[in-house]
Amino acid sequence: MNEIITLKNISYKYTDEETQYALDNISFSIEKGEWIAIIGPNGSGKSTLAKTINGLVEPESGEVKVGKFDLNENNIWSIREMVGMVFQNPDNQFVGSTVQDDVAFGLENLGIPRDKMVERVRDALEKVNMLEFAEREPARLSGGQKQRVAIAGIVALQPEIMILDEATSMLDPKGREEVLRTVKEVKERENLSVISITHDIDEAAAANRIIVMRAGKLVKEGTPEEIFSYGDQLIEMGLDLPFPEKLKSSMKELGIRVPSEYLTEEGMVEWLWTYGSKK
Amino acid sequence: MMDKLIFGRYIPGNSLIHRLDPRTKLMSAILFIIVIFFANNIITYLALALFVGLAVALSKISVRFFINGIKPLIWLILFTVILQILFTSGETIFFRFGPIILSQEGLINGGFIFMRFVLIIFMSTLLTLTTMPLSLSDAIEYLLRPLAVIKVPVHEIALMLSIALRFVPTLMDETEKIMNAQRARGIDFGEGNIYEQMKSVVPLLIPLFVSSFNRAEELATAMEARGYKGGEGRTKYRQLSWQTKDTLAMVSFGVLTALLLLLRT
Repeated sequence: MNEIITLKNISYKYTDEETQYALDNISFSIEKGEWIAIIGPNGSGKSTLAKTINGLVEPESGEVKVGKFDLNENNIWSIREMVGMVFQNPDNQFVGSTVQDDVAFGLENLGIPRDKMVERVRDALEKVNMLEFAEREPARLSGGQKQRVAIAGIVALQPEIMILDEATSMLDPKGREEVLRTVKEVKERENLSVISITHDIDEAAAANRIIVMRAGKLVKEGTPEEIFSYGDQLIEMGLDLPFPEKLKSSMKELGIRVPSEYLTEEGMVEWLWTYGSKK
Repeated sequence: MMDKLIFGRYIPGNSLIHRLDPRTKLMSAILFIIVIFFANNIITYLALALFVGLAVALSKISVRFFINGIKPLIWLILFTVILQILFTSGETIFFRFGPIILSQEGLINGGFIFMRFVLIIFMSTLLTLTTMPLSLSDAIEYLLRPLAVIKVPVHEIALMLSIALRFVPTLMDETEKIMNAQRARGIDFGEGNIYEQMKSVVPLLIPLFVSSFNRAEELATAMEARGYKGGEGRTKYRQLSWQTKDTLAMVSFGVLTALLLLLRT
């Protein structure tokens, strides 16, 4: 077995007073080159779990092993070098003033000499197809493009693991698809291990293995086929229905009569604003 | 309102002034404010005006933009100039009414002060019109670097500056969104008396602050995840390059200074 990440009996609480554990005795491991999706409802501890891997969250008890390192204060920076993380909000992780500056940020932190840096920034931008945007400011990029820049920033550091912490959740369908495609390409070419925390069914389907979390516990584990066979229960597991469908079902619960046919977002808006006048 | 303030609005271009190193431009703009106080007669002011006029012409930016730069400050300028004109006494007095004196010296001084304002504004507008805010923050970092010896956190200041600049458009978008959201809830912005207008800003500022703090926290986490551990041992991607034309620009600035010292009375 060639394990790159091993978590053993991880427990964590936000504050000492709380009785509910955010992470409750979690153990699992990930092999090199594997793609894992972590799903679960909001507040089930998915993000917290991901943050324990690169030491952004320090567990109360348990062990984290990444590569050959047992995570502790001395090797935390070496581990962060190995683990790249893409966060949810495209704007709030864009540090540089232009695309190339942002990709260079991680390299600057490592103290890479400038001429090497220029090369690696170019290379990384090429891999995510963003080279032509190198001079652009973030304000002139779409959400999907910003996330691709974030991926380039990680690729430039030549890591072993990439964690996507709901990286596509704030994007439109087109941006989502474009980021997912980039992740797939980069993963293959760089032989990365990927952990993606997601509500998106396509993103989960791309994984080799899905882990389902609930209230800080790991409740199910299996291949996408195994997990998807749960059908309706998937919604409880935190996978997303399209937004209009979700709105429809909550309106139905309130006793409002909703059209039974499938509505696009636009169709939903159309129906909603004419709803009052029809009554 | 924001559009009226020409400060901090870069106009892309490829003129000689655009291509000067930001350090050259920043230093010149600062030194200009000092040097302008050497001028005390018509010929020195003419020399300064000529210098600024030449710089503006070289930037290939329409004078309109520079005049727009004066507009927000016009009342301050007029107020100062009028005070100067009305309360300076001198040998040739045209008119006197109680404490108000209209003298030749007053008029000349008023004219000089007006010139001083206009030239300083033109010079600093030239700096901001031809230099990307980001390059400007690079220049500030470079020029502050000696202060690191006395424990001034130069790297942190520069990082704060560049992050602040990077988030200006993001926060402007956000302001727009919040304003629209609050309008939909029935708040009128820019209507009613001053008290009402101030009151309408509160429901704008509070959500803006809350979201800014959230952004700051997320940004800090992202930076840490990307290995940021302070300025030590960091290399820099952005580089400034000093060229012959920068040396020449500084030399011509030196000539101007010498000229002013020679011609002043």
